[in-house]
Amino acid sequence: MAIRERLSGNEAVAIAMRQINPDVMPAFPITPSTEIPQYFSSFVANGKVDTEFVPVESEHSAMSAAIGASAAGARTLTATSSCGMALMWEELYVAASNRLPIALALVNRALSGPININADHSDSMGARDSGWIQIYSENNQEAYDNFVQAFRIAEHKDVQLPIMICQDGFITSHAVENISLLEDEEVKNFVGEHDPENFLLNSKTSMAVGAYATPAFYMEAKKAQSEAMKNAKQVILDVAKEFKALSGREYGLFETYKLEDAECAIVIINSAAGTAKDAVDNLRAQGKKVGLLKIRVFRPFPAEEIAEALKHCKAVAVMDRSDSFNAHGGPVCAEVKSALYGLDKKPLVVNYIYGLGGRDVKVENIEEVYAALEEIAAAGKVEDDYRYLSVRA
Amino acid sequence: MAKTLEIRWHGRGGQGAKTASLLLADVAFNTGKYVQGFPEYGPERMGAPITAYNRISDDPIRVHSNIYDPEFVVVVDETLLTAVDVTKGLKEDGAIIINSEKSGEELRPLLNGYKGKVYTIDARKISVAALGKYFPNMPMLASIVKVANVMDEADFLEEMQGSFKHKFASKPEVIEGNMQALRMSLQEVK
Repeated sequence: MAIRERLSGNEAVAIAMRQINPDVMPAFPITPSTEIPQYFSSFVANGKVDTEFVPVESEHSAMSAAIGASAAGARTLTATSSCGMALMWEELYVAASNRLPIALALVNRALSGPININADHSDSMGARDSGWIQIYSENNQEAYDNFVQAFRIAEHKDVQLPIMICQDGFITSHAVENISLLEDEEVKNFVGEHDPENFLLNSKTSMAVGAYATPAFYMEAKKAQSEAMKNAKQVILDVAKEFKALSGREYGLFETYKLEDAECAIVIINSAAGTAKDAVDNLRAQGKKVGLLKIRVFRPFPAEEIAEALKHCKAVAVMDRSDSFNAHGGPVCAEVKSALYGLDKKPLVVNYIYGLGGRDVKVENIEEVYAALEEIAAAGKVEDDYRYLSVRA
Repeated sequence: MAKTLEIRWHGRGGQGAKTASLLLADVAFNTGKYVQGFPEYGPERMGAPITAYNRISDDPIRVHSNIYDPEFVVVVDETLLTAVDVTKGLKEDGAIIINSEKSGEELRPLLNGYKGKVYTIDARKISVAALGKYFPNMPMLASIVKVANVMDEADFLEEMQGSFKHKFASKPEVIEGNMQALRMSLQEVK
C-alpha cells in the first residue's frame, strides 16, 4: 500500500535510506552537507537501522571511508552538497575506478564564489567526468524513487559503478510537498541483499584494491569503466521497469512532455522542469506547438535516444544550470549538440545558462525562452547561441 | 489549469515564520490537498527579514518558483511594514494579515496603497496570555487558516491537537497553551 505523506526532499531521501538500511554511512554531518545525514543519524540513534554511521571530519574523509567500506563488501552510501562534493573530488574518481557501487545523495548547490548556498548544478556537472552514474530528480517524489532504485543499478554485475542521485538545493531539498512512499518491506524486497562477487573481507579469496596501474594496464581499466557505463543504460531501464511494477510510477532515461508534435522544445534538468511544464501548458492553450525533454540520466548520457526524440523539432533551447566557462556553452548543451551532430536534418540549438546560485526561475522566464525559440525557428538561424536568462545587463 | 492558493509569509529570523508555513502545509495536506511549504533562504541570522511560501491546490503542483502574486500575505513582524514591500504583487481580492495591536485601517497607510482587505491579530497578547511567552507563529497560523478559509475551524483544532501530541511528546504540558493560543486567535483575528 502506498503511503500518502508530505515531506521535504531531504526527509524523503533520508527515509529511502532508512528503508534501504545500508551497512555503512560515512558522512560529514554539518554544513555544507544537508539535513540528510542529520535525519539518518537520528534513525541510527533510535535503532531504526543497523547502519554503522561514521561522522567523519571532512568530505574527503567521508568518501575515503565510503571507499574503504564498500571495498570491504559493505553496502555504503553517503550524502553531500556543493563544496562538500568539491572536497570529495579526488576520491570520486577512486570510487569509480575501483568499481565500487556507492550511492551518494547529492543536493545540488552552487560552488563559491561569490559565496552562495543556493541551487545550481555546478557541483555535479563539475563531477560529470568522474565515472559516476548521475540521475536527476524534478521533485521530492523523484528524489525518493531514484534513490530506491540506486543500488539495484550500481550493484548490477554488468555495471558496478558508484551512483549519485541529484536534486535541487532548497527548491526541492527544503520544500515540503506531497509524496507517495513505499512500504518498508516493499523497498527491502526491491533492493534485495548486497552480494558482491569480490570484496576485501572475503576470507576465501584475497584481492587488492586501489593498486597502481602502469601504462601497460591503466587504459584497460579505463576501458572497462567505459563499458560498464554503457551497460548502465539498459540496467537503468530494466530497474525502472521493475520499479513501475512496484510503484506504478514510470521512469526512463529522460521524460518527454508534449514533445511528439512540438516545433520548439527545451531540454532541462531537475526542479525547473516542473515550472517549464506549466509554461508548456500555458503556451499550448494559446495553440503553440511547444514541448519539453527532461533529462533524468545524465551519466550515462542517452545521446541516440535524445537525438531521436528531438530530431523533428525546428528549434531547441538547452538549459544549463551551470556554466562551463568555455566561452561557448554549458555542459548539458555540449552533450545535446554532440548527440544531434549525426542527424541529417538537425534542429537549431540555443543554449541558456539560467538559475545560477538560486536565481529564481518563473513560468514567465521559461515562456520567454519559448518566445525566443519561435523567433529562431522563423528566422531559420540562431544569432547568439549562448545566452544568460534573467540576468541584469 | 486548476486554481492554486498562494500565500506568502514575511517574518524575521527566529520568529517561526518558516515553521508556521510548514505547519500550514501540514494541516492543508491533512484535508487531502496538494501542498508546498518552503522558505526562501538568505543569510541566516536572528532578526533578518525572511520569506516563506505556501501553495495549496486540489491538483498536483509542478511549479517550483517563489510566489510573486499571492492571494494572501501574512506579516509576522509589524516592523517589516516599513522595511519590506509586503504587499508587492498581493491580489486586491486577497488579503493581508498583520501581527499588530493596531487595527487594519490604522496600518493601511503603511501598505503602499493596497486596497484589499487588511486583517490584524495581536499575536503577542494572545501568545503571552496562552503560553506565558511570545511565540507569534501559532496565532498567525490560526489567522491564515481562518481568513483564507483553508479548512473548517473545528477540524483545524482537532488536527493541531493531534500534531502537537506528536510534536510535543516529550513536553505535553505545552500542548494546552498552544491549543489555547489557536482558539483565541480564531476568535480575535479581524
